[in-house]
Order: sequence, then structure tokens, then C-alpha cells
Amino acid sequence: MAKITMREAISQALWEEMERDPKIFIMGEEVGVWGGSYAVTRGFYDHFGANRVKDTPISESAIVGSAIGAALTGLRPVAEIMTINFAFSAMDHIVNESAKLHYMFNGQMRLPLVIRTVSGGGRQLAATHSQTPDAIFAHFPGLTVVAPGTPADAKGLLKAAIRSDNPVLFIESATLYQLRGEVPEGDYIVPLGKSTVQRPGKDVTIVTYSKMLDYSLKAADQLASEGIDAEVVDLRSLRPLDMVPVIESFKKTNRAVIAEEGWKSYGVGAEVSARIYEEAFDYVDAPIKRVAQKEVPLPYNRNLEQAALPQIADIVAAVKEVM
Amino acid sequence: MQKKEYLELYHQMVLIRRLEEKAAELYQDGKVGGFLHLYIGQEAVSTGIISARKPIDRVITAYRDHGVAINSGIPVKRVLAELEGKATGVSGGRGGSMHMADISLNYWGGHAIVGSHIPLAAGLALGDQYAGNPAVTIALFGDGATNIGYFHEGLNLSKVWNLPVLWVCENNEYGMGTSVPRASAVSDIRQKAIGYGMPNRAVDGMDVLAVRAAAEEMIEQIRAGSGPQFLEANTYRFRGHSMGDPERYRKQEEVRQWEEDDPIGNYQKKLISGRHATKADMDAIEKQVDDEIAEAIEFAENSPEPALDTLFDNVYVEE
Ligand SMILES: Cc1ncc(C[n+]2csc(CCOP(=O)(O)OP(=O)(O)O)c2C)c(N)n1
Ligand SMILES: [Mg+2]
Repeated sequence: MAKITMREAISQALWEEMERDPKIFIMGEEVGVWGGSYAVTRGFYDHFGANRVKDTPISESAIVGSAIGAALTGLRPVAEIMTINFAFSAMDHIVNESAKLHYMFNGQMRLPLVIRTVSGGGRQLAATHSQTPDAIFAHFPGLTVVAPGTPADAKGLLKAAIRSDNPVLFIESATLYQLRGEVPEGDYIVPLGKSTVQRPGKDVTIVTYSKMLDYSLKAADQLASEGIDAEVVDLRSLRPLDMVPVIESFKKTNRAVIAEEGWKSYGVGAEVSARIYEEAFDYVDAPIKRVAQKEVPLPYNRNLEQAALPQIADIVAAVKEVM
Repeated sequence: MQKKEYLELYHQMVLIRRLEEKAAELYQDGKVGGFLHLYIGQEAVSTGIISARKPIDRVITAYRDHGVAINSGIPVKRVLAELEGKATGVSGGRGGSMHMADISLNYWGGHAIVGSHIPLAAGLALGDQYAGNPAVTIALFGDGATNIGYFHEGLNLSKVWNLPVLWVCENNEYGMGTSVPRASAVSDIRQKAIGYGMPNRAVDGMDVLAVRAAAEEMIEQIRAGSGPQFLEANTYRFRGHSMGDPERYRKQEEVRQWEEDDPIGNYQKKLISGRHATKADMDAIEKQVDDEIAEAIEFAENSPEPALDTLFDNVYVEE
């Protein structure tokens, strides 16, 4: 297996799928001539041509809205919203159209649509450009929300998303593109809506996803050197949310920390901890802890921004509190 | 115009240019972070426009905002301190390059979601209309911003309510790497104003005096009750969209050709040929700018980082 970056894994999945099925095309701001503002689609424009690699105007609602329309005709668009902060401009189409059409028209319409976007802070882009509002999108039934934390999952989940007949929001992390990992070549599929154990352990369960998976694994290494054996469960999909590996792990460890990059209030940790209390209350040995972003719009100054973002040390500290 | 005024326009354009050249260096040195969008090449637009406003007139723009900040009267040291994320920066180190504002100077900010400030401009003008203030709101935005819905909603509303807004499109030929004809149904952006029944015109955005003259006239008409008007300034950014732009979408020849039309060089020639100033006057200003920049750097470097316990300041108004 080749060790490649997250960026390469995503790019590879897109490329292979486009080679496989001519109904797949990509559209978005700067995906073509520029090669993607995160360089994911570099080389695509020259190879697949302007018809299948469509540069769009700065028109987020038209990007998602027209991608929905094209999907309804049987095409399989992969629409890119440059960052998730700009998805708010397309919210109506994501929420009121894409998440509703199949149900509301009694199953007549299908939306083989993927919206790729980028979430996360830590790059000093300040309040408007640094958000991790993933949980908001996971609120809506009808939408599938995926956020991989390893290159292999990124490849496998993107392929699954492209092959799905449901609208999928595929959230990449702004600071994970250089992350390296082993990625199976060729047709490698990771099913949507399946959580997985990324690191086995017996003392405590850390539930996480995306960027915070990387941090959680590093925290687990640190904890191991102090004699605490943490199991790390990666949600991978926020909706549908697969609690099976989480509950299994929790029944074994009886302690949990949930780590996410976004704000704590009404977040992923809130949902996961509520589910643990609902489904495994008898196994609780300590109050569940959440590690998340401080409740403040992210500031530009580097020290302030880092103080607001969840850190590896915060995960380590939270684990020690539940032990 | 007095000689002093001619020279002040020169001073502001050179100050913006030198500030941004310095900012680019500081970015390479890691002292400035985030996204840094330089205004180099476009200085005549905001310098000309803002020189035509009265202090009661409000200004709002997008994230390419250092020039507008300087022209609005923010001291260069507070702009530089903001770029370095210092507590003394114009936004207290919270906003960075893209989010600078000083409402005491009637400069309502740098807004980084493309087009999002356009409806805000309509609202600023509504505030003045409601209060009966004889003020005009000046809203600057790029060519790319005219393709997002916010633009169309904002323009329509401003016309329906007869709001005192001067809409200024800085057409620099590209939104990131997408040229105007690849993204906009019409390449003469001002044609979009026709659909909203708005008086409109185009101006050479590399000629500060032409920009100023057009803005003066339009602002006075708006103040007199004409309703919103639209000005397209044709210009070009000499640098990449932001730092680290590989610039695969345009040819270096094209950039070089536009650099011949440098707004500062153009203005130097005008000042001499119109006998408004001498070479010595300009040299003196350049020297003054060098001193201002040196002082600003020292100020920024010696300024404190924001204290960590101020992280939660201003999330809400204290009530
Ligand atoms: C809603 C939204 N979509 C995308 C972006 C990313 N983006 C930032 S600047 C820019 C190009 C804007 O072009 P233009 O309006 O012409 O202004 P210029 O950069 O040329 O000054 C884009 C796409 C954004 N900030 N906001
Ligand atoms: Mg532009």
C-alpha cells in the first residue's frame, strides 16, 4: 500500500471515479484553471476538459442549486464549496432542497449529489473563515454528512459518496491535507454511516472525527506512556451516526471523552454523550467529558486563536479527569 | 484643487504601496499570518473615491482593505499592528488583514465573505435616510462579487428605497483566477446597474484624478436625492490574489503590460505635466512615507500581543 497525503487520496478518489463514470463532473470556484484552492483538482481541467471540470462564478447558491438540478436529471455532480464558511450562502439549497426532495415528493426524485467542502480553523483566517460548523449540517434528516480523518477513509468515503444516490456533504479539514497514511490502490470503498475503532484500548474511550482524530491519536500515545490505554473511535460520518462501535467500546471502558473542533454547545459531543447516556447508562463510571472549541468567534491573533481551539493537551487532561 | 491636495493624494497612494510591500515581506518572515490580499495596482481607486467624500459619508469594502483603511484615515501604524495581530491594531488583533474597521472614521470595514457587505451598505444608507442625514454610503466591491446574489438583492433594494449609496465596482479583471468573461454574463460590469434602473458610468481606475472627479460628481448628485448610482473603476491587481497565488491563470506579459499603466507612475506624470508639483515635492513625500513606515514598524513590533484573558471580550455587548 502506498503512503500518500490526504490531498492525494481525495484527488485520487475523484480522478478514478471520473474515469469510471462520465456522468460524474465537478463544479465550483477555482476547481479548473486554478486547480482547486487546496490543489485537490490540480491537473483535472487539462485531463477531463472544461465540460467536466466547471469553474463557476462566485455564486454559492447557484452552485448547489444547479448541482441539485443536474443531479435530478441523472448526472452525478461533485460540487465544491471552497470552504464551509461559504456554505451558509447556499444553506437554502442544501437544507430546503437537497435534504427534502426525495422524501417530500414521495421518493420520485433522486439526488446523486456530493458537496465537497473544507472546515476548520487554526490558520489565522479570523472569525468569518475559520469555522467548524459541521454539526449544524448533521442536524438535517435527508442529508448525509461525512468528515474523514485519515487518507484511506477520505478516499473510500468519497468514492462511496459519489456512488450514493443521496445528497452527501463531504467535509475535509483545512489543516489535514498534508497528513500521510496508507491508502489502498484502486477501487476502495468505505461505507457511509459507519464508525470505526482507529486505535484499540481498554481504559477509556475517546470519540472523535476529522482533525480531532489526529489529535486524539497523539493524545492516546501520550497517555499510553503514562499507563492509560485509550481506545479511539472515529465517527467518520456524522449522519447517519453509527453508535455501535462507540457503545461497544464504552461498555468495555465505562469512561468517555468526546473531542471535536467545533463549538461545544449543541455540538457533536452533545449528541454522542446524550446517546451514550441513553443507550449505556448502566455502564457509566464517570461523567462524560467534552473537548471542543471555546465559545467565541475565532480571532486572528495566533495565540488567541490557539487558546480558543481544542488542543492535544486538552484531550489528555479530559481523559485524566474521567479516569 | 490646491497643491496640498494634489500632494496628499500622492502621499496616500505611495503610503499604501510601501505599506503593502512591507506587509508582503513581513508575511514571508512569518510576522503576518492568515490571508493577505494586496491592493498594489489599485491604489488610485480607493484614494480617488474616498478623497471625494465628506466625513459624514460612510465607507464599506471587502477584504482587500488596506488601501481603504489608509484612505479613510486610519494611521498606518494601526494597520500594520493589526497585520501583526497586536493589541494596538485597528481591530485589536482580532480581525487581521481582511477585517479592519474604524467607525470613528466612518469606515465600516473590511468584510471577507464575498458580497456580504453589499446589503449592509444599503442598511447603512437606510440609517442615514431614516435620520435625515445628508450622508452618502460608499460601497466598494470586486467584479467577482457582482455574481453573487447578495449584490443583486442589495442593488435592487437600494433602488426601490431610493437609498443614498454610491456603488463602486473595482473591476480588476479577475476574481481569484477566474477572468470576468468566464464568470460574468456581461463584461462591462456597469451594465448590471441598468437592470436596476441606476445611473452608471465607467472610469479609468488607474487615473486617480479621473476617479476622484467621477466620485465627486456622483456623490453630490446622490446627496441631492438622485438615489443610488453605480461606478465601475477599471483597474488591475499587480500581485497575486493573495500571498502564495501560483498565478497560473494569467500571463506575465499581461501583468507587465498593466504595470506600464501604474496609477502612481501615471499620477507622477500628471503632477509634472500639469505643473501641480515638482520632482522635489514628490521626493520629499517619498522620504516622509519611508519615515512613516519605519515608525509604524517600530510601533507594531513594540506593541503587545492581546492578553489571553481578553479572548472573550466583545462576544456580546455588556448589558
Ligand atoms: C461567499 C464567498 N465565496 C468565496 C469566497 C472566496 N473568495 C475570496 S476572494 C474571492 C474572489 C473575489 O473576487 P472579486 O470580487 O473580483 O475581488 P478581488 O479579489 O478581485 O478584489 C473568492 C472567490 C469568499 N470569501 N466568500
Ligand atoms: Mg476582481
